[in-house]
Amino acid sequence: MKYVDEFRDGEVAKGLALAIAVEAKPSRNYSFMEFCGGHTHAISRYGVSDLLPPNVRMIHGPGCPVCVLPIGRIDLAIRLALDRGVILATYGDTLRVPASGGLSLLKAKARGGDIRMVYSTADALKIARENPQREVVFLAIGFETTTPPTALAIRQAQQEGLKNFSVLCNHVLTPSAITHILESPEVRQYGTVPLDGFIGPAHVSTVIGSRPYEHFAEEYRKPVVIAGFEPLDVMQAVRMLVRQVNEGRAEVENEFSRAVTRDGNLKAQTLVSEVFELRRSFEWRGLGEVPYSALQIRAGFAEFDAERRYNLTYVPVPDNKACECGAILRGVKKPQDCKIFGTVCTPENPMGSCMVSSEGACAAHYSYGRYKDFPVEVAQAREARA
Amino acid sequence: MCLALPAQVVEMSGNDLGVVDLGGVRKEISLALVDDVAVGDYVIIHVGYALTKLDPEEAAKTLALFAEMAAVETPLQ
Repeated sequence: MKYVDEFRDGEVAKGLALAIAVEAKPSRNYSFMEFCGGHTHAISRYGVSDLLPPNVRMIHGPGCPVCVLPIGRIDLAIRLALDRGVILATYGDTLRVPASGGLSLLKAKARGGDIRMVYSTADALKIARENPQREVVFLAIGFETTTPPTALAIRQAQQEGLKNFSVLCNHVLTPSAITHILESPEVRQYGTVPLDGFIGPAHVSTVIGSRPYEHFAEEYRKPVVIAGFEPLDVMQAVRMLVRQVNEGRAEVENEFSRAVTRDGNLKAQTLVSEVFELRRSFEWRGLGEVPYSALQIRAGFAEFDAERRYNLTYVPVPDNKACECGAILRGVKKPQDCKIFGTVCTPENPMGSCMVSSEGACAAHYSYGRYKDFPVEVAQAREARA
Repeated sequence: MCLALPAQVVEMSGNDLGVVDLGGVRKEISLALVDDVAVGDYVIIHVGYALTKLDPEEAAKTLALFAEMAAVETPLQ
């Protein structure tokens, strides 16, 4: 496919790997966080870490909306489907996320909940139009990439006078989460990891542009390189970050210039601000409460807000105590450092946020990288036996 | 979750809708979030909506930069 295959070329990857190895100074270490799950997935799937010199380390950030969606929010959706009898429309990503009481949306469906997977918000609107006697709730999740389609659907429902449609909004914001990683109180608990720079979001940035990261780069003196989700994009971004660190710069650079501009998609931004406003605080699974990190539906669209319509109250649910997601999401620990990784906690039966979606740090390592850990364990087992 | 793919617009079906071709698969998507899209343009599609147009010139520049990297000679170490 055009604009996909060219950005996965193995030969070019070798050249980029060589360029990074030449530019990275052997005298120091480089730790970069890729914020997005899309980057984490590309790094694991294409083995990008193996192409980097040992002193360049990638830390997997919290940028996977499915992973950071707290259990209590899924519980709200399940209760709407099971107790209130609504048709719950959702993206496929959320169906398998484990919720309270051994349930997930998929299991709630098996118990008789009318839960329907949709590809697009337009499909959710269609279900509402076709079932005027039923109430339809769309479980909206996602970062700035996924928010404009939800805003469009709400506005369209208002224009059409669609009275049986509402949205359970869980949309979250990237810049506030990146900032939170650097200055959250938990930094004291987990210690700090010296992050030398960030790979900035690809598709989020097509919407919000590169401008929102400028303040961040300046304030925290951390370079940010916005990159596409293909492996060569990631490698080029690493090279650009290494170069910035070497030259003592902390700027916002844009590797994904084929799709991202400084201003982003103004039409989408206007629409989002027409329908949504900042939420005072929102819980992120693995990160805890993060102030002003999510969106809620404005009063002008109150009738389409499922939280108001059904008078929902959020009840937080703690994760498994052994789960190390908090430390992993901040780069202090690696997935394989967690006691329950790959034993109790697997993609089939995830305990914590990083294992929930294929874009999570633990799930990505489980699917594509865990065999690399094995030789060490085998050697240790032999020593133990001897 | 934020996964999105570049696809070529092959048909405008009116009412902010268009048909894209993605490696031979055709699908109707919404063009409501983007302006000035024409048949032949590449757009980046996410959950059924075009988020932005893809700039072919910038894509070519990025690829040229990669190629330049790949051609770098190994320095003597």
